Amino acid sequence: MKELILDFLQNLGRQGLEVFERLGRGHLFFFYVLTGTWDVLRRFRLIVAQVYSVGVLSLVIIVVSGLFVGMVLGLQGYNTLVDFGAEESLGVVVALSLVRELGPVVAALLFAGRAGSALTAEIGLMKTTEQLAAMEMMAVDPLHRVIAPRWLAGFVAMPLLAAIFSAVGVYGGWFVGVGLLGVDDGAFWSQMQDAVDFDDDIMNGVIKSVVFGVVVTWIALFEGYDTVPTSEGISRATTRTVVNSSLAVLGLDFVLTALMFNQ
Amino acid sequence: MIESRTVETVVGVFIALGLAALLMLAMEVSNLSTMGGGGDGYEVRVKFENLGGLKVRSPVKMSGVQVGRVAEIVYDSQVYKAVATLRINAEYDRIPKDTAAKVFTAGLLGEQYVSLDAGGEEEYLKDGDEITLVSNAVVLEQVISQFLYNKAADGTAEK
Repeated sequence: MKELILDFLQNLGRQGLEVFERLGRGHLFFFYVLTGTWDVLRRFRLIVAQVYSVGVLSLVIIVVSGLFVGMVLGLQGYNTLVDFGAEESLGVVVALSLVRELGPVVAALLFAGRAGSALTAEIGLMKTTEQLAAMEMMAVDPLHRVIAPRWLAGFVAMPLLAAIFSAVGVYGGWFVGVGLLGVDDGAFWSQMQDAVDFDDDIMNGVIKSVVFGVVVTWIALFEGYDTVPTSEGISRATTRTVVNSSLAVLGLDFVLTALMFNQ
Repeated sequence: MIESRTVETVVGVFIALGLAALLMLAMEVSNLSTMGGGGDGYEVRVKFENLGGLKVRSPVKMSGVQVGRVAEIVYDSQVYKAVATLRINAEYDRIPKDTAAKVFTAGLLGEQYVSLDAGGEEEYLKDGDEITLVSNAVVLEQVISQFLYNKAADGTAEK
């Protein structure tokens, strides 16, 4: 009996230590990549190529999802508001929920699924096939040459994707509300402009999406870099990327919202 | 691998698209276009006994047209009144000195705003002036209690 309890405690302790060790390695990794940022900024092409694969290739899913999320918001908002005779406020409902919450959060979740998993698999395969080790042999720092441009690309692409998501969503809501359900066009836009504040709503949404972009790319790159070099290891790392970055986005969203909108 | 020139062009298009979306959010969705460049303009003060639900950034209107915003609200414990600072856009620089300020509510439960009724004087308001003709916010509870009180008074008078 005593042995069993001791074993259990030892297991618990080992797992706890592993979690903290990974966290520590993750942070050291992040700071080391940050020190490489300056070098990469001078080799701009590396970043451009990554913005292409991280940002441009995510564009289709972002635009389509944004459109449908906006249209659903328009439909649902209209059905609720029409009971109070307040269907003119549809623009406010659509714009505020998109700009403050749905734009940054849903775009970040899609980004984690579309771009984050690809980053993890790519880096993981590079590690498994010892390409990263080969780079080190040639005195090229893989963290600065491979990881840093991908990190910067996520940092640049995520806010742009979130802004595109929100803008397309607003037009989707406008299409359903004004185009199909007959809300007054002028009231839709003017009430929206009255209620949405540039600093408090739009800029806070942008700040959120920047934070999400940094966190999602960081998790994706670290999981790839830290993967067990087998094919099973890569598949596990990819799953962990999507799960962990989605959880991080949702948790951080709550924290950021509590900090920003607590008047 | 696609040619690097194409990649660069496509990335350029992507970034331009993202910035255009941000600009659209700023100009079409938010109030940035209607703020009228917050910097220029002038400030006048109004002392209210009670400004109800008026908040900073509430609109200031003349004849229903927005001419500025409430910039600051403080409580003056010397005179026991609320002091609202109104920032009027620079283009509305011909507001007479004896203009009256009232706190109104848009609709029954809508947001509250300051309405300015132009007076007839020749001199115009300048930065730092104070509007002295004031009528306070209508507080719904006061109106209801007054109404009930009058009703009760009518009832006893008729008997």
